[in-house]
Amino acid sequence: MSSTPLKQSAITSYPRFIGRALWLATEGSFAFYAWMTALTAVSLVGANAWANQVAGGMITTNMTDHVSWGLYIANFTFCVGLAAGGVMMVIPAYLYDDEEMHKVVIIGEAVAIAAIVMCTLSVVVDLGRPDRFWHLIPGIGKFNWPISMLTWDVIVLNGYLMINLHVVGYLLYMRYLGRKPNGWWYLPFVFLSIFWAISIHTVTAFLYCGLGGRPFWNSALLAPRFLASAFVSGPAFIILVMRILRVTTGYTAPLGPARTLIQIIRVAMTINLLMLVSEIFTVLYTGSAHAAPLNYLFFGDHGKTGLVPWIWTAIGMNLIGTALFFTPAALERSQIRVLACLLVIVGIWIEKGMGLIIPGFIPSTLHEIVEYSPSLLEWKVVAGIWGLGLIILTLSLKLIVNVFTSRMHVEENQISESLNH
Amino acid sequence: MTNIEPNQSADSQASTHGDSPGTDPFTRRAAIKGAFATLGAAAFVAAVSPLRQAAKNTSAVEFMQQHYTELSPEQKATVIARLEAETKEKYGADVTIADDRPIPGTKFVYAINLSVCNGNGKCVEACHRENNHDRSTNQSYIRVIEMPKGTMDMEKGSTTYAGVVPREDKFYLPVQCQQCDEPPCVDVCPVKATWKEEDGIVVVDYNWCIGCRYCEAACPYHARRFNWKQAEVPADEINPDQSYLSNRVRPVGVVEKCTYCLHRTRRGRLPACLEACPTGARVFGNILDKNSNIRWILENKRVYILKEELGTKPAFFYYFD
Ligand code: SF4
Ligand code: SF4
Repeated sequence: MSSTPLKQSAITSYPRFIGRALWLATEGSFAFYAWMTALTAVSLVGANAWANQVAGGMITTNMTDHVSWGLYIANFTFCVGLAAGGVMMVIPAYLYDDEEMHKVVIIGEAVAIAAIVMCTLSVVVDLGRPDRFWHLIPGIGKFNWPISMLTWDVIVLNGYLMINLHVVGYLLYMRYLGRKPNGWWYLPFVFLSIFWAISIHTVTAFLYCGLGGRPFWNSALLAPRFLASAFVSGPAFIILVMRILRVTTGYTAPLGPARTLIQIIRVAMTINLLMLVSEIFTVLYTGSAHAAPLNYLFFGDHGKTGLVPWIWTAIGMNLIGTALFFTPAALERSQIRVLACLLVIVGIWIEKGMGLIIPGFIPSTLHEIVEYSPSLLEWKVVAGIWGLGLIILTLSLKLIVNVFTSRMHVEENQISESLNH
Repeated sequence: MTNIEPNQSADSQASTHGDSPGTDPFTRRAAIKGAFATLGAAAFVAAVSPLRQAAKNTSAVEFMQQHYTELSPEQKATVIARLEAETKEKYGADVTIADDRPIPGTKFVYAINLSVCNGNGKCVEACHRENNHDRSTNQSYIRVIEMPKGTMDMEKGSTTYAGVVPREDKFYLPVQCQQCDEPPCVDVCPVKATWKEEDGIVVVDYNWCIGCRYCEAACPYHARRFNWKQAEVPADEINPDQSYLSNRVRPVGVVEKCTYCLHRTRRGRLPACLEACPTGARVFGNILDKNSNIRWILENKRVYILKEELGTKPAFFYYFD
């Protein structure tokens, strides 16, 4: 067969595939609809809070000229890690040609897509002038590339989204058609996405560590620590998602991938904790300029202790979670696994979010100590972002499950039909 | 979650009848989904309705406005006329907004004599009034740090000192934008809304800034301020003598900073903070002018700059007698 009719069929049947996918992804049980309704409600609360913020000015947040980034940028940082970590699963799957991992990889990529959307939203809600968003668009705005690290971030995050949409879309489409995926169409992108996953995290770390005036961030360890924690939060999130899928849809992957994921978490978390210890030692033992923010973070400064409960909670969760991952029970008992995942996810959310962004501003560059804790409005907005992210994740997971369990694939007559057009 | 056997029947029906929407379960579901989607969309519109209020404050012309450096003289005139009218409308004040450009052959530099400064804070107040800062937050571009004698470590200082000044064992360190020659704030801006002009002054186009506050995080001298709310200034207190790149009333949601009072200095006057200083600690001038006072000080005094190790190359100097 020549390639022309095949192309025609793709042109007509890919949109049909997307249409049917969307239709089926919104089918489900009562529990599914309840879940989606709840998420929608949370998103709407967030949207409303954000609209109020735009209308009333950002005075409605608790940020100040001293702590000029807060919960939004903290959440952004965590979501970048989640996005990168999701795709890290690709490495064992393709480098070692681990067939079983493929079922997990596609979940990882779905997580990545949802996480990138959350990243973008977290930045947009942080803008004082979202109406001027177009100034950021290369060509019609003024894009300060390559000088500003933020423009790099815009590029790598959007690129990453595109790559993942392509890989997921292509793999599912081929499954749907019942054809074997053609390596040339997706393997180069898979490898690209590996490098890209590392780059989104590195570039995001560079956003902070490139600022000489902020000693807390201005550390060469920042980017590697980012990566290590992404290798924890990403796999942990995927284990959770797999568990939920298993209970709700019966979509299972063999035990092998779960073991691989846990191995990754064990190693990455140990490295992460090691680097944390090394950083704390260097700073506190020499008592350099870095010491003040770390002191504030861990012990409080001049009686101001706003972040102390946060960071010790995070450290406690990370340590317990890691210890659980090292027990054999983590491999055998799913409750232990789920608990350990929850602990490290929340732990890293605090550590990479509130524990990383806020101390960059306390003390301020003139050594004033002005504390920050998020306002209710900020919490609502972040909850809304997670609501929307989970809606996207749920729908794409449903789609994946539908295709993989062959609940949705093309029928013969449809292909010939589109071939005849 | 109990749904181990998820809607096998509905799904398989949908997939077998996928392309023949005439069957009953399909249309019923389509109707339900349609209803849900409509409901969701309506709820969304209601949720974001406060945006309509915000949209009223931004006209279409303002939305479309180009970057300052790309405006033709005619466009600039139109923009300025619009801004003046807006100030009249919102603040009830008649103001003139000029477009002061750098004077060729000028590089402005500031110096403060720390032996003389006594921490009275008159410069802070003068800045507040001169630059039409928000009254309720008492905003100013200048902060004065009270430092114990015998250290240069800002960690030991305090910006919240009160009472009679100067205190015996203290000295006073006023800090404002250092108009760095290697300004990190300019490098990080993703949309080039802030830049350094030929006379050394770092400015912000308040109508181009997207309010990401990356520059605020990057500045090592706490020199930048964000407009968390629209500034409140009574009509009779508004300084009507304004410039596009400096002290005009700023829009909400953008970043601003000290401009060495370019609406004064580019017209041959001195900065407001200098004129307000009762001790004569402040010296301002054109470093390229060989006969200037500032040149003499930089050549003959032991001068230092803040946070030299960061490589920002400030155009702002401190010295002791
Ligand atoms: S002091 Fe801060 S705001 Fe001023 S030029 Fe330097 S970095 Fe920029
Ligand atoms: S806040 Fe404005 S001036 Fe500052 S970096 Fe962002 S866009 Fe540029």
